Amino acid sequence: MQLYDAVFYLFALITVCSAFIVVFSRNIIYAAFSLLFTFFGVAGLYVLLSADFLAVTQVLIYVGGILVLLLFGVMLTNRVINVELKTGTIHTVPALILVAIVAGTFAGLFYSTWKGTSAPNTTLQTTTPSLGELLMTSYLLPFEVASVILLIALIGAAMMARRARKPVEQ
Amino acid sequence: MQSTANFLSEFLAWLPHVSLAHFLILSAILFALGIYGITTRRNAILVLMGVELILNASNINLIAFSRYGGVNLDGQVAAIFVIILAACEAAIALAIVLNIYHRFQTVNVDDISTLKE
Repeated sequence: MQLYDAVFYLFALITVCSAFIVVFSRNIIYAAFSLLFTFFGVAGLYVLLSADFLAVTQVLIYVGGILVLLLFGVMLTNRVINVELKTGTIHTVPALILVAIVAGTFAGLFYSTWKGTSAPNTTLQTTTPSLGELLMTSYLLPFEVASVILLIALIGAAMMARRARKPVEQ
Repeated sequence: MQSTANFLSEFLAWLPHVSLAHFLILSAILFALGIYGITTRRNAILVLMGVELILNASNINLIAFSRYGGVNLDGQVAAIFVIILAACEAAIALAIVLNIYHRFQTVNVDDISTLKE
């Protein structure tokens, strides 16, 4: 077992264990904070897959943006002062059966199909310049559409999230 | 029995050498956990966390294939778009959840069933 494999298993352990806490913890705050470790573990996996730009993006957007947003949601929609941060679960047994089938099928499929595929021996370089070039050439239209969608989504979210304004008195 | 033992020894020999299947199986585990979170959680925000887990699993798949299929950056571009859409989804969904909370004073997804009644 080489260093690469050991590091992979370290990040995989961090990711899977914290994802378990996200899904099974009864305390919402614990779930939200272990989601942080899941995102960091996934960012580490991106580094192992030589996707440096995406690893940084993952940390910036998921940890810095989405996770903070989710924590805002938790804080705004629960009575934090009365410590009502527990949450219940529903139909656990059917979900467990479903998940076991899904995970078993996928894992068996992936194992039997791609177990022999090792990494191609190419010289690795930083991906940022070529990603930027791709976004400005072959993926220009999806890039522009995505930016418009982002703008619309943010305006829409801001409009929906604030309270309805009282009608102006004449 | 013989085939089971063969499979097991092959599996144990495969385990310490990271290949494409390692990343894919890890993403399958994350995906399954995300589905479990979506189906069992009552709090809408925890359902959203399950969605984020699923999106991360798909991203791992995209980037793993991009790395192991020659270093082809198309998969990474797709992963960037997935991240963008995840950000949009989180913002919109949280705005909706906040509105639901103002109206119903709860975010438990199984309590909000006025459409059914």
